[in-house]
Amino acid sequence: MKVKQIAVFLENKSGRMAEITGVLAKNGINIRAMSLADTADFGILRLIVNDTESARNVLKENGFTVGTTEVLVIEVMDKPGGLAGVLQIISENKLNIEYMYAFTQKSGETGLIIFRFDEIDKAMDTLKKAGCHLLTGEEVYAI
Amino acid sequence: MIWNEEYETLPREALEALQLKRLQNQIERVYASVPYYRQKMNDAGVIPGDIKTLADIQKLPFTTKEDLRKNYPFGLFAVPMERVVRIHASSGTTGQPTVVGYTKRDIKIWAELMTRSLVAAGATQKDIIHNAYGYGLFTGGLGAHYGAENLGATVVPISGGNTKRQIMIMRDFKSTVLLCTPSYALNLAESMGDMGIDPADMHLRVGVFGAEPWSENMRQEIEKKLGIQAIDIYGLSEIIGPGVAIECAEEQKGLHVMEDHFLPEIVDRKTFAPLPLGEIGELVFTTLTKEAFPVIRYRTKDFSRLITDHCSCGRTFYRMEKVTGRSDDMMIIRGVNVFPSQIEHVLMSIKGVEPHYQIIVNREGSLDTMEVQVEVSEDLFSDAVKTLEELTKRIQVEIKDLLGVSCKVTLVEPKTIQRSEGKAQRVIDNRKI
Repeated sequence: MKVKQIAVFLENKSGRMAEITGVLAKNGINIRAMSLADTADFGILRLIVNDTESARNVLKENGFTVGTTEVLVIEVMDKPGGLAGVLQIISENKLNIEYMYAFTQKSGETGLIIFRFDEIDKAMDTLKKAGCHLLTGEEVYAI
Repeated sequence: MIWNEEYETLPREALEALQLKRLQNQIERVYASVPYYRQKMNDAGVIPGDIKTLADIQKLPFTTKEDLRKNYPFGLFAVPMERVVRIHASSGTTGQPTVVGYTKRDIKIWAELMTRSLVAAGATQKDIIHNAYGYGLFTGGLGAHYGAENLGATVVPISGGNTKRQIMIMRDFKSTVLLCTPSYALNLAESMGDMGIDPADMHLRVGVFGAEPWSENMRQEIEKKLGIQAIDIYGLSEIIGPGVAIECAEEQKGLHVMEDHFLPEIVDRKTFAPLPLGEIGELVFTTLTKEAFPVIRYRTKDFSRLITDHCSCGRTFYRMEKVTGRSDDMMIIRGVNVFPSQIEHVLMSIKGVEPHYQIIVNREGSLDTMEVQVEVSEDLFSDAVKTLEELTKRIQVEIKDLLGVSCKVTLVEPKTIQRSEGKAQRVIDNRKI
């Protein structure tokens, strides 16, 4: 149920995003979802890709600092209130979200929300019990 | 191990008697043969006959780098040029280089001191010594080379640069002793990682590192990364080159000064008044046996103190505490004295911080600003902004606690800070003063 995400450290310099995506493209790696967190001095690019291990290796070979973390991906109905329901559960159970980002699927019926929790195991159990639909890594990498 | 038992373990009384005799000879010779020194002594109202005890050295005027520059290139040589067999010069980062000369006997003594140093570090004639100090006008390469040959070890005179080739040679030749600057040792360790070579597969056992100040934490980092014992060596071309003082492998607590050839003093860093033994101040040396380029009370700009305690290695020479700052490297940031080594100390004490850093000083309006750039290693990196911001905050707070100066800490991508191939460039000072 846990999905692997890679994170890349970026200095605020022009062209760095293009270099990362270029490296991934050259190595046939497809990006599934991404989000960029930025501060005044640096950025952190988070990516879910079809092949985490290769992506990590090629980026490292190209001199980037890369980390791997685990996140949860929850499917919600793509309609008003779809996300609110899940957040309600998270709030009631006092789960702390480090950060989150979202993307919609081709079908347009459901949206996928990616959550990074402090305590991922507890969050996973709670959300499963509450009936949320958590996607497996294989499902996400193959989207 | 001790190379020259007779001199290195001389009882203090006999050593001091020898020092006095040599000092008197040296002063007489310098007075007679170097007009500049004679003039300075005359101006101070001292003649060689006034030196009756070792403490009388305090009557003599100091010599500074400025005096050396004024006499560029050979004005302070105490022998005719036909007796000079070698010239070295220090890198003149600020202005003219300072030029030093050696007679045959000076070279022989220097080799002996360098041999003593290598032996103190644990080297023997069976060792294969990889000498990555730069060969040329810099004293490091040739100084270490002659000492290693005099020991009877096998010297690989690789000099600096071309790091990948160095590593291959070091591995293939099964080198056991590494000689270079501490910053280059770290560069080598990192490059081994990049080449997929495990330092444990090398045959290195000990490293003798010098020519730039380095912190205790940096020593631990080098020892851990290369799996060797890292020994500090001290020297400067104005005195002779490397081999003025050496740490013994037994204690690694302070560097034994080769007191039979150099007389150390510690003076107050502002008033230059002599300080009692054990107090910290500027290190001053007088050469006792140099022929071509003797110096009298040369102010090194290095800060240290003398340790007079008995040492378990058996040497009777006093030890100087590891130099962690030079007044040349000292930055004055908003009126506070800051040494790069202090910042290095803070950085190295934080787990995961790589020993590659740079300090950038600017002046905005009338305010000095200091930025410390730190490379983000995989150990430090986190996907959460909060964690990285906590890290920069922590470094900031620790630097502020230690130095009383606030600074900006910037995380930069790996390998963006230039790697050292000799002396590391730690500070970029953009202030126009």
